[in-house]
Amino acid sequence: MTPRLAVKDLSVRFGTDEGEILAVDRMSFSVEPGEVLALVGESGCGKSVTAMSVLRLLPSIASVSGSILLDDTELTTLSTAEMREIRGRDISMIFQEPMTSLNPSFTIGFQIGEVLRRHEGMSRRQARERAIELLELVRMPAPRSRVDEYPHQLSGGMRQRVMIAMAVACSPKVLIADEPTTALDVTIQAQILDILRDLRARVGTSIVLITHDLGVVADIADRVEVMYAGHKVESGPVDDLFANPQHPYTVGLLGAVPRPDLAGGIQVRLQEIPGLVPVLRSEPEACVFAPRCVRATAECREAMPPLELLQPRQHAACFHPGSRVADYSEGVSA
Amino acid sequence: MSENVLEVRQLKKYFSLPRSSGGTVHAVDGVDLTIGQGEVVGLVGESGSGKSTVGKCIVRLLEPTEGTIRLQGRDITTASRRQLRGVRTEMQMVFQDPYSTLNPRMTIGDIVAEPLQLHKLARGRELDTKVAGLLDKVGLASHLRHRYPHELSGGQRQRAGLARSLSVEPSLLVADEPVSALDVSVQAAVLNLLMDLQRDMGFSCLFIGHDLATVEFLCDRVAVMYLGRIVEEVNTTDLFRAPKHPYTQSLLSAAVVPDPKLQRTRQRIVLQGDIPSPINPPTGCTFHTRCPVAQIPLCSDTSPALTDVTGRSHFASCHLITADGTAPDVTHSQTTENAWSKN
Repeated sequence: MTPRLAVKDLSVRFGTDEGEILAVDRMSFSVEPGEVLALVGESGCGKSVTAMSVLRLLPSIASVSGSILLDDTELTTLSTAEMREIRGRDISMIFQEPMTSLNPSFTIGFQIGEVLRRHEGMSRRQARERAIELLELVRMPAPRSRVDEYPHQLSGGMRQRVMIAMAVACSPKVLIADEPTTALDVTIQAQILDILRDLRARVGTSIVLITHDLGVVADIADRVEVMYAGHKVESGPVDDLFANPQHPYTVGLLGAVPRPDLAGGIQVRLQEIPGLVPVLRSEPEACVFAPRCVRATAECREAMPPLELLQPRQHAACFHPGSRVADYSEGVSA
Repeated sequence: MSENVLEVRQLKKYFSLPRSSGGTVHAVDGVDLTIGQGEVVGLVGESGSGKSTVGKCIVRLLEPTEGTIRLQGRDITTASRRQLRGVRTEMQMVFQDPYSTLNPRMTIGDIVAEPLQLHKLARGRELDTKVAGLLDKVGLASHLRHRYPHELSGGQRQRAGLARSLSVEPSLLVADEPVSALDVSVQAAVLNLLMDLQRDMGFSCLFIGHDLATVEFLCDRVAVMYLGRIVEEVNTTDLFRAPKHPYTQSLLSAAVVPDPKLQRTRQRIVLQGDIPSPINPPTGCTFHTRCPVAQIPLCSDTSPALTDVTGRSHFASCHLITADGTAPDVTHSQTTENAWSKN
């Protein structure tokens, strides 16, 4: 199957007053039609920057290199006007903060309708009717009256539903969801995840899910890419990766989440990963995780481990892969 | 249990809205809570449940509307500001946001030293040694005491906040979502630290949170709040193994588990709608508007009392829990309604 979205060797650099920062370094991934791919990592790992660069939403201080193919269209070389045609129609995005990404001075019906008027050439009236249908689709209570309300009149969960309605208005090929449930309560999170699941099943939309929540990944993703300091450190199908993680960072992340259901209900300590995520200035010559890694040897500090196929469908960039729990007990402060 | 460190009785906190909109927010509506010596009690609920308001009333950052708060047997509900100063060495709070709760103009060392100076607990060289000891205890390198908050990471700031709160050796620590703003690996480190400190120093702790796994990991006993009331309260093991209240059952089933096989096979209850407004809370049982098993008119007419449903200190407030403590079966009542199929 040809991938719907294929990103190859994507690098993103930011020019700042304190010199250049390498936010994403030679990142490659692809998403099949109807697939849910999760980009996982902690703050500063470059997962949001990756998403923004696919949509070409980064500020001008960012320099992006590499290739981003949507079906057969190379997005990196499109003009601003051409890109505008693609955004919202073929690729759309849901942001983490539904409050700051909706315009407070327009009704939600107007904002959802804007996409339809722009891309589908609908009249105001048609767009409003379709907006009501879309609000029904995302299970907004009383959509016919809500459509004329302003964002401040809605709860966080409802705002996120509006964002999703906007994003799926044109049945996009690819939906990028950046921490779509992070700001929400668990019962609302469950509702939103259900909506995304239905969307994928019904429209065949490919979803790139950006999150730090491994529970959400376990719930909805088909495949996972784990990122650390702008690099892909591990990737694989969700079941394999959770059952048998290979990279020590993945092992550490999984061990850091409280799981009292394991170990017979008595969990004594969580796994810590001492140290901080480094800020990269230039392409690293050694493993980026080595300074925090208990498995690190001289080899790790001298060369960058390539991404290798370790299990049938699982890749990891590590000289000492394996799913054994690393001993992080002698921790430095986080 | 000998002496309770904290005893909260019928705590209520109402906020009046501006006259233009009118009405009253029933943020906390009759909460009873006790915390024993060295006990860690979790208070969980979704946003708007009133859990943070309970915490702020206990440390008297908010004035309770009704009810009593006893700390070490002493009624502090109406203690004056001057009297409260003495109480502050007995209870301290750690806040969620490590970015806005440290004074940006003070060094970490000064921030940690300030309570000790205010309460005249140490001075001069002794103060110096104590601060160094505290920083060491929370795992901050000694050179960080001369740094300013903006130079620290989120995890380090939260450690500094803990050092400040624990400097006066309080008997009660109220921790309001202390790890929610942190990354997973940093969260783990701060949770481990909090657990170690609690074990070493023996303070009691009210841990306010929304993440059930964190609460299960850390707490001895858990109280679940919904719309300003406690709907279930029991020791941690029983709460997670045999939740009684339909809300607790739904909350537990909605929480995602980082295990794809388990997560995708387990029975999930997806509650419909949002938490109702605390301005006009629903009549009767406040959960009846979202409850999958609510029996109208029973549940919408009468408010159920929080009672011991098993005879082993398992408190829950639901009309549908039978006399022998059998909980209503929420999982089989679920109608899986699919919005897409309606189109």
